[in-house]
Order: sequence, then C-alpha cells, then structure tokens
Amino acid sequence: MKFTESWLREHLDTEADLATICAKLTAIGLEVEEVHNPAAGLENFVVARVLTAEKHPNADKLRVCTVDPGTGPIQVVCGAPNARAGMVGVFARDGLTIPGTGLVLKPSTIRGVASNGMLVSEREMGLSDEHDGIIDLPEAAAAHVGRPFAEVMGLADPVVTIKLTPNRPDCTGIRGIARDLAAARLGALKPLKIEPVAGHFTSSIGVSIDDYAACPLFIGREIRGVKNGPSPKWLQDRLKSIGLRPISALVDITNWFTHALGRPLHVFDADKVHGALHVRLGRAGDELLALDGKTYQLGPEMCVIADANGPESIGGIMGGEQSGCTDATTRVFLEAALFDPIRTAATGRKLGIISDARYRFERGVDPEFVRPGAELATRMILELCGGEASELVVAGVAPDWRRQYTFRPERVAALGGVPVTAAEAEAALEAVGCVVAAGGGVFSVTPPSWRPDIHGEADLVEEVLRLKGFDAIPSVPLPQDRAVPAPGVTPMQRRVRVIRRAIAARGLNEAVTYSFIPTPHALLFGGGAPEMAVANPISADLDAMRPSILPALLAASKRNADRSMPDHGLFEVGPQYRDDTPTGQDMVAAGIRAGQTGPRHWSARPRGVDAYDAKADALAALAAAGAPAEQLLVMDGAPSWYHPGRSATLRLGPKQILAHVGELHPRVLQEFDLRGPVVAFEVFLERVPFPKNRAGRSKGPLALNDLPAVERDFAFVVDDKVQAFEIVKAARGAEKALITQVSVFDQFTGAAIGEGRKSVAISVRLEPKEKTLTDPEIEAVAAKVIAAVAKATGATLRG
Amino acid sequence: MTETIEALAAKHLAAVAEAGTLDALEAVRLAALGKKGDISVRMKELGGLPPEERRAVAERLNLAKDQLTEALGQRKATLAEAALNARLAAETQDLTLPARPEAEGRIHPVSQVIDEITEIFGAMGFSIAEGPDIEDDFHNFTALNIPPEHPARQMQDTFYLATPEGRERMVLRTHTSPVQIRSMMSMKPPLRLIIPGRTYRSDSDMTHTPMFHQLEGLVIGRDIHMGHLKGTLTEFCKAFFELDRVEMRFRPSYFPFTEPSAEVDIRCSRKGGEIRIGEGDDWLEILGSGMVHPKVLQNCGLDPNEWQGFAFGMGIDRIAMLKYGIPDLRAFFEADLRWLKHYGFAALDLPTLGQGLSR
Repeated sequence: MKFTESWLREHLDTEADLATICAKLTAIGLEVEEVHNPAAGLENFVVARVLTAEKHPNADKLRVCTVDPGTGPIQVVCGAPNARAGMVGVFARDGLTIPGTGLVLKPSTIRGVASNGMLVSEREMGLSDEHDGIIDLPEAAAAHVGRPFAEVMGLADPVVTIKLTPNRPDCTGIRGIARDLAAARLGALKPLKIEPVAGHFTSSIGVSIDDYAACPLFIGREIRGVKNGPSPKWLQDRLKSIGLRPISALVDITNWFTHALGRPLHVFDADKVHGALHVRLGRAGDELLALDGKTYQLGPEMCVIADANGPESIGGIMGGEQSGCTDATTRVFLEAALFDPIRTAATGRKLGIISDARYRFERGVDPEFVRPGAELATRMILELCGGEASELVVAGVAPDWRRQYTFRPERVAALGGVPVTAAEAEAALEAVGCVVAAGGGVFSVTPPSWRPDIHGEADLVEEVLRLKGFDAIPSVPLPQDRAVPAPGVTPMQRRVRVIRRAIAARGLNEAVTYSFIPTPHALLFGGGAPEMAVANPISADLDAMRPSILPALLAASKRNADRSMPDHGLFEVGPQYRDDTPTGQDMVAAGIRAGQTGPRHWSARPRGVDAYDAKADALAALAAAGAPAEQLLVMDGAPSWYHPGRSATLRLGPKQILAHVGELHPRVLQEFDLRGPVVAFEVFLERVPFPKNRAGRSKGPLALNDLPAVERDFAFVVDDKVQAFEIVKAARGAEKALITQVSVFDQFTGAAIGEGRKSVAISVRLEPKEKTLTDPEIEAVAAKVIAAVAKATGATLRG
Repeated sequence: MTETIEALAAKHLAAVAEAGTLDALEAVRLAALGKKGDISVRMKELGGLPPEERRAVAERLNLAKDQLTEALGQRKATLAEAALNARLAAETQDLTLPARPEAEGRIHPVSQVIDEITEIFGAMGFSIAEGPDIEDDFHNFTALNIPPEHPARQMQDTFYLATPEGRERMVLRTHTSPVQIRSMMSMKPPLRLIIPGRTYRSDSDMTHTPMFHQLEGLVIGRDIHMGHLKGTLTEFCKAFFELDRVEMRFRPSYFPFTEPSAEVDIRCSRKGGEIRIGEGDDWLEILGSGMVHPKVLQNCGLDPNEWQGFAFGMGIDRIAMLKYGIPDLRAFFEADLRWLKHYGFAALDLPTLGQGLSR
C-alpha cells in the first residue's frame, strides 16, 4: 500500500513530521517498508532562465546558450532540440553529479566553445525515461529562478510504502491509514463531507442480483452528458505519485476512490450496456475480454455482471473492455458494490488476475461506505466531467456487520503483560471506532463496520495494546521450577545428534539436501509412487518425495567430482518417505564414499573405496546408536540399488534390518554419470532398540586378573562359498569360557590352495580367569577350535 | 720370567684404552678376565702358592681385576655412546614430508545451529518436539485458524502432493506449526516446547529455497503473557549471538494463529553491507510471534479461559546466516564440499552453554 505525505495530510490534521508519522505507523502495525523522496539528492538542481540560444559556430546540432540560474549569466553548450531563448529549464552547475548518468560535471570546451554546467532532461534527473529534450518548465516557474526545481515542481512529496497485513482492509485506503493514526493520537482525522446528489431522472439501466451471498449490495447511477478526456493535473499527479498511469477522467476518478478511500468503483459506458445489468454466477460459455486486454473463461463459482449480451465485468475484480469508458463516452453508469471476499479471492486466484479492486474486495470493503462512496463519486464526476445524475439504483442491502463481544479490561494485562485501566482500554477501543457499553467491569464492544478482522476479546486486547505500543510490554523471564532443567531431548533425538558427529569424525562431510528429488531417481530407489509426487513442484527435477537419501548424495557427489574433487565422503542424517501418512517418514543416516580412500601420499598408496569402508561406517553409526554389536547378523538381501554380490544387510535377528551397506549397482552409477567406485550405507535409526531402562547408570563390576592371555593362529582351507563369519562363529563357540576374541587376519586363494577353495587365517585369543594355562590346556583348546570349525564348515587345517 | 701382575694389568689397561670397537673391547676383556684370560689364570694358580704368599698375591690380583673391570665398563660406555651417536647420525628422517592423511568430516551449519538452539532453550526448560513433514490440511491450516480460501493461505505458497482422488490431499508442511497442534492435542499442559524442522514453500531466489528450516517455540501455561515472550526471546538472542545486550523491538502484526501478534526486530547495523547484531541504528526482522489464538487452543481441546501462552517462529537457516556470515541460502542445500569445509564445524565441536556455544 502506497501513499504520499501530502495525500495523507489531506486526511490527517497533524503537527507531526514524516519521521514521527512513519515511526507511529510501524508501532501500530502498519509497517513502513520504504520511504522514497523523489526530490532527495536533487536539492542543488535549480530553476534557470535561458537568456539566449544561438547556433554553435562549429556544430549544426548544438546550441550555445546563456543561462541565468539566479546568480548571473553562464554559458552552456546544449545539444537538446528544444533549447530556446526565453524558456525556463533546470540547471546543474559544475561539480554536481547527474543522478541519471552518474556523470560529474566539470567545465569543458565543446568544439571550441567553453561550456559550464548543463541543462538537464527528466531522464538525467532520474525522474522518467524522457530524454528527447531538456526539462521545459511552465513560464510561471520563472518566478522561482535559482530555487531547487524539485520543490518548485512539487516533487518533494515523499512516497511511503507500508506492508499491509491481510487483516486490515480498512487501511487499503489512505483515509483509513489516517483514521488509524488519529486513533493512535497522532492527529485528527479531517472531516469528509458527504452530500447526496439529487437525481434528475430515472436511470435507463436497472440492476438485479441473483446471488446475494456473492454480491449483497449494488448501488448504481447513470450520469449523462459527461465529457471524458484527460483528468486535471492534480488528479494525474496524485495517481502518478503512487505509480499509477492516468487514463481518462472517468477512470482516474475510480482509481482515486480506490486508493484514497479504499472504495473500488467501476464505470460502464452506458451506451455500450445492453439492457439491464444482472449480477449472477458464471454460466457455461461465459467469457470476457477484460480491461487488461486478456480474455477470461468465467466459471460457475465466479461473480459476473452481465447485460443482455453476456458478461460485462468480473465482480470485484476487473471490468470488461467492451463496455469500458473511452474519451468518446458521454453517458456513464457508475457501480459501487460489495462482493464476497472469499469468492473474490478464489476467482482472482483462479483467473490469475491481480487488481486493485481484488486486493480490497478479498480483504473486505466497508459495508457502510457503499452509498457514501457512490454519492462522493457522483459529485466528482459532475465536477470534472459535467453532466447530470440519475436517481440511485439500489439492489440488495448492506449485510449485517454488527457483532458484540465481551471484553474484560484486565485481559490486557493477562495476555499482554501490560496493566491498563478500564478507562484507558475504553478510550482506546472508542478511538478505533468501537461502540463500547461498559458495566460491572465488563465491556460489551461492537467493532466498527470497517474492521471485519476484530473477532473477540483477544483481538480487542490487541487493539488496546497496539495503540498503547508494544514497547510497553515488559521483558519477563519464564519462571523456572528447577535450577537445572531436565534434558530437553528424547533418547531418539539424542541418538541423531550423536550419530551425526560419530560419522563426521570418520571423515564424512554432512550434507543437508532437499526432501524432493527427480522422479527417475525416486524410481531407482524404490520410490516414485503417484501419491508421493509433488503436485506443484518448483521445478521438474524436484517432483518426488525421496524414498532414500542416497540419490541426492549421489547427485552431489557428481557435482563435486566435476569440480575435480572425485575422492570424498558425504552423509546426511534426515528423513526419507515411505508413504504419505504421519508414520510414513523414517529417520535415516545415509552416506557415500567415492573414489580413492585418500589423497596420494609418499608413504602409503590410497586404494579405491570398497564395501568394507561402507560397512565400517554403518557399524560406527550403529555403535553410536547403541546397537548390540555382538548380536548383529550380516546377511544378504540389500535392495536393488546395491551391487548384488558386494552388499549386505546388517540385522538384529533375521527380520530386523538395521542397515544396508555395499557397493552401488553399476546401473545406478550410470544413471548419475558417476565413474565409481561408490559405496554407500543406510542406517535406520528408529529400528535400533534402545537399551532397557536401567535403574541408575551403573556399568557393572569389571573383573580383571593378571594371568597372561594367549593368542593362537590357525589357517583353514575351506570351500570358497564358506563365509568367514561361519568360521569365526564356530571358533568362538569352541570354548566359550576361555575364548574372548576371534579375528580374521588373512584370506587368500590360489593354485597352492586348489580350485574353488580358499585359505582363511584366524587369530584366537584365550584369557584364563583362574590360573595360567599350561601347554597341554592350550593344545586342548586348539584341538576344539579345529574340530568345531571343521564340523561347521568342512574346513581342514592348512599344513 | 713371568710378568708381574702389575705389568699385566698395565698392558691390558692400555689395550682397553686402545680398543676402538665394542668387539675389540670384548677381546681385551676375554684376554684379561675371560676363563683363559691372564688375570683369571693367575687367580686359578693362587692355590699352588705357598700360604704365606697367597694372601698378598690375591690382593694384588683383585686390585688388578677391579681396575680392569672399571676401565672396561667406562670404555664400553664411551664406545656405546659413540656407536649410538654414529647410528643416530645415519638415521635421519625429513619431517617436512607430510604426515599420513586423515580425513576430517564437517558438521553442517544447520545441525550446529540446531544444537546451539537446543542448548539455550534446554537451559530454559524447553523440550524438543518433532512431527511429520507430510501433513494434512487440518494440522497445517484448519487447526491453526486458517480456513479454506482464507486470504491468509495466500501468504504461503504451499506444495501439495499428488494425492489420488477420493483421499484428502496432503501438503508439505509450510511451517512447523502443525507440530504445535499435535503436541497440544497429545500432551498435557503446561508445555514448553521448541520445534525445529524442515518446512516447504514454493519459492526460490537468493533468500528463499523451496525447503528451509524453521524453529518454533510454544509455551502454554495458566499465566503466560507477552512479557514472557519478550523475556524468552531476549534471553535466546543474547545467548545465541553471544552478546551481553541485545535490543529487540516488538511490532503489532498479523498471523491467523496468534492474537495479539507481533513481529520482532533486533537492533543491528548494516555498515558496508555486513549485518552486525547488537549495534547500530537499524532493525532486522527476525521472527514472528504472538499469543496462541483462542480458536487454536479450542481446536486442540484446551479451554482458552484456563490455558494461554505464546508461540514464535523463526528461520534456522536465516539465523545461521546471520551468526556465521553465510551469504547465500541456496548453497546450504547444494552439498558443495568447498562450502561444507568452509562453513561447516568440526565433529567434536559440540556446542554447550558451560563452555561457550561457538569458538
């Protein structure tokens, strides 16, 4: 919402300067977004008389002028075609910077003739695009030679833009803003004289309304014998000052009412209206060429104003081209109506029309200002265009807007923290236009017709608080019922935080990527269901809710590789989406490693990342989550986006999959244009069980002894289908009381071992609890290990 | 004529002094004190001497042995020292060569800032609440006093899912407020919650991305008022921006779910295009807030005559940008390693109030 200072002062009688006004506007909730003074920076450009203008001796298109800017004649070489002796222009002396070009003026010689300063154009002053000639002021301006031209031209009228919240239709007119400032005691609202205009005849155009919900009230009036044409300069200047384009007197009058009084109007050329006007809902086939030059198809939910030929206007939004006023209009039909805010908003949205009328009707136009608006507009049309007015045509009635609310003054302190007296509250409510009936410490309050946003006690509290100023609200700390609060995070939230840092500590970088990805990527990762598509994506490649975090990480991997960083690790801890129910979202820690394990180094050669790197990442994440590492099963069954032979699931029991790990499927890498190798892990954080709720945090006793531990190595030859885990498991079970650890330290295949067989070497650690082991005891355990592994896997001990 | 004991000792002592290597020294030791060494042989011969001589000879032999033993020891230490020095002189490494590389991963600024926020509000007795990103109309709009076709719905450009006909169309939550609704409906007041999370709006430029992070706060009690809101936000800003004093300005505003509503500005300077919090003559809008609308309380089954409270919402990415001087919001979601290395945080850099939030 825009207005100028002088326009506001037309409605507000105040001593306050603009800065005070703006501070108050912001303080009462009409946030000032911008104050632009078109004259700012133009103070040194002055009105000057051109005394002489002779042809330049050495150039046909230049003139040598003598200019008097009030300080005596100065010689200026000027190239403007309209430079002539006797004109009044705008002079810029040497040393000034031209706002439109940034040029700093200095004395010069142009084709052998000295030139000082410059006569400027509107474009050079940053006022418009006009640069066909220099500014040519009216002769009257000659009285002000030497004075700043911006002041003389009336440019020094700052434009204020406020960011109007959608609940304040009353401030869509400048008078409404003045009214709110007056309520805040910044001045007095000037009276607006409304005198009905007597009708001299019966309007030839009648009005009927089909749907009073869509249009409760329509007041019309025919004015005949008008003369349309350009509107007077004051009206054009007003409209131009807030960025509107003057069109013709009749149209400019409607725009003036819209912006000055928040009362949108429409004018039909009565000669182009066929029969009566009929306010109805759209019908099949209805369409309208609107004033913006576009044709709109009108649906059954839209409010249409039609004549015998069909729609002539879209109610509350925009008029039609066919029945619009032109310079030839001599008979006009004025419309002042009320349209349903919700229907207007829906229609505007559906048709994609943003208009000044829609802006106001969808917020709610004052129902008590329809007839006064029509009378005032009639008067202005008669004044500016002449003619004779008919009697008013009235269809419908203003809806009943009166609502009563109970208000307890002490609620201002209870909700706002600011104590106010009952008298103070009453005065504030009356200032905003409420009718207040006080009694027994409780008020009965009726908000004014222009405030459809006030709906109950909390709103009334806000009105009182708003006028008092939010600065009065004290800063009060929240009461603390204990000095050290209980932890604010759930075990799951804590898990997410710990895992994030555990993974980062392993060298992976945390990414945060969008929850939506391209549908082809979603399909590759088990998603892409129709109900998981975004119906109105911001771009075609953000159109599917991600079924996995990996695609976004792979896309990022590709971007980084393209920036010559092919060796990297990325991870994200965040949501992925199974379905669209509230429980269809999983918290997942997912990561990738790409390229080499590290940079080349003089002492150690990096290698390509492999599935075991991803496995280590997943195990670290699971350990940070508190998963019981010793119970984890490594099984196959990783999803289709993994390499089938180089991937696994980590499970807690056969059905409880906690993680996927492995190398990515070559087809997936191809889709992302990655060269590989790329390995990945996905850990499902909600599936990891939480430790049983222990009483206290005791870690239990630690049994230590100083008896020497013994390590024995065994090399087994097995069928190469046998999994290392089976050997380890058998060895561990061979003598549970003594064996504390079994680790695989070597694996190889080769001719020496035989086709289809492999050698797996394990180290077994024995930790005696009671006495040092003797050699025969150790040998006995070794024999048990060999027997157990042989039984479980068919292994033979390698000689 | 056999040599005197003293002559023997002198000869061997000379040999000790001349021994240039540990091996040579060992040869000297064997020649003197070994089983067949001169001194040892003489020791064995003691038994054959007449008893009256034996004692005196034995004393002379022991003296010689002691002298030799000490000389051998000293010489050995000297030679060992020299040998060690020679070895060390040969064993140099060029420590200007780089150490073995270790990868260091970084924590995303959004995570770091959420951890900071959690610390601060945790100290004020708040708990974290979370909820789903895919929401229904009721939780995202209706319960928040935003009826269908209300112009307020135009304040946010909503992403909808392509829910099949016959089922209620789902939305990507436009704010974390639906979690307020879910919390109020499922938990017993009083409540003190913060709600961080992903939110979605159809917008994209330097300062808008279709997904961003929001932090909302909700406090419900019997006598919570706007003064508590001001106090809470002031304490938060002081702690978060690590300043002794911040000045905040509350302005009346409008949100369908709060009444009265306030936008909150924080004092800042914008010298040279850089925003500095806590100084200067300018204001920066950082959040929206207000008292929970009575209709919202009612929609959640709370009696507005018994319970009341405040709510606020701010952009997490935005305050991260402000605090850490990060210029472009879009880069938050691009996973550019150069950006993550520069704006990210060390894994062990866990913010705590006791030790300071940031380094």
